[in-house]
Order: sequence, then structure tokens, then C-alpha cells
Amino acid sequence: MKFSIVIQGAPYSSQAPLTAIYFARALLEQGHEIVRVFFYQDGVHCGNTAIAPPQDEPDIRKMWSEFAGENDVELIVCIASALRRGVLDNAEADRYEKSSASLDSAFTISGLGQLIDAGLNSDRLVTFGA
Amino acid sequence: MPEQTQLLFIHTSAPHGTINAQEGLDALLMGSAFADCTALFLGEGILQLLSEQDTSQIGQKNFSRTFGALADYGVSKIYCSEEHLDKFGLSVSDLVIDVEALGNDEIAEMIANSEAILNF
Repeated sequence: MKFSIVIQGAPYSSQAPLTAIYFARALLEQGHEIVRVFFYQDGVHCGNTAIAPPQDEPDIRKMWSEFAGENDVELIVCIASALRRGVLDNAEADRYEKSSASLDSAFTISGLGQLIDAGLNSDRLVTFGA
Repeated sequence: MPEQTQLLFIHTSAPHGTINAQEGLDALLMGSAFADCTALFLGEGILQLLSEQDTSQIGQKNFSRTFGALADYGVSKIYCSEEHLDKFGLSVSDLVIDVEALGNDEIAEMIANSEAILNF
């Protein structure tokens, strides 16, 4: 079955990003396909390279980044949510004249249309709220 | 009875304490460009629709005005829970746009008949 995943909760504040990655791993183990993972609202911080968690806590950005690289899964960050929260790729950092970018290169900035498209073109759209 | 819909947006957040409501409306507007969309307001989400909101003293955008644009975006199927409306002592005439109040059975049927659901 084709699944898409929406994550709205922030890493370390909400359980959503971790529960979502456990769910995503289980999907692939069971032979399902992940069309897209869409990070919306505070979920965009999952791609924030500036987050430095304590050593005895999971590195949630790295978990998603490695999961995407190993399984060729698309990680999309909502541009409107990301800009509001200081999560910028190189192009946006240049555009807004910020001193540095803060988005992991495994994640791609795009628009809300990608969320709608995921809803229309997946058998199941599963939301992990804040 | 509500018809079948491609995308059902369920709004349950109060308007201004978090950005949830505003970003849910953004998603609904975007969805309307691609698909047949229905909006359903439950619980505190109904408060997003209250008319005569004034956010000038709390530093928040009064996005309730944007609901008026939904008709221009082709979103005409807008519903709320009759039971939740009653709990807040409100009626549909208190709301900023035309909204149809539904009973719990109709809401359950709407959820069952939707191809995809987005919760905000």
C-alpha cells in the first residue's frame, strides 16, 4: 500500500517525529511504499541542523536523514512553516540575507501543494500531530 | 446529507493560542486549488469562525477574515458539529461564514466517506 506521512510536532517537544519514524520503518519492513514524508508546522525542526540534542537522547534529524538516504524516501519541509521558524536551506538563507542555512541536505523545501498531492496520490495519509 | 469528498480538513484548534488553526486554513486554501475539499470544524475549532474577532491587542493576525475567501476558492462544503456549537452557546448565525451544523451520525458518515483526512 502507498503511504504518506505528515509530521506536525516538534522534535524533543512532541513525540510525533519519533513515533512517525518508527511507523515509517515498520511500513517498509512490511513491504509498503512511502510516497512522501511532509513536515509541517513545528515538524520542520526535524530538519534543523542547528539542534544539538544531549548525547543520551536520540538525534532525530539524523534518524530521518539516514532513513531517507538508505531507503530513498522523499522528505519535504513546508516553506511557509520553515521560514517562520528559521529553518532555511542555502537558497533561502541567501534570499533573506541570513548568516547561515539550517536545513539538513536530506530534506527539501517545497510548498503545501506537496502535502495535498501526497493526500491525493497515496492510499493512506497518516498525520502525527503535535 | 454531505456528499463524498476527496480531502476532508478537520479543524479542532482554537484560533489564536497556537498557529495550528492558521496553518490549517493555509492548507485548506492550498488544497482547494488541487482537489474537492470539505472543511469540518469540531470542538474549539468552531471558535475560529466567530465573527467580530479583534486580535489587535494580542499581536496575532485576524485570519478569520480569510474564511470569507473560501467561496472564491470553490470551497462551499463547510460544516461544524451541532453538539459542539451548542456547548459553546453559539448558533450558526454567530459565525463569519455560512456553515451547516451536523449531527454526530452525519459527521461519522462524512469521515467514513472521505478519501483522505487532514487534521489541524
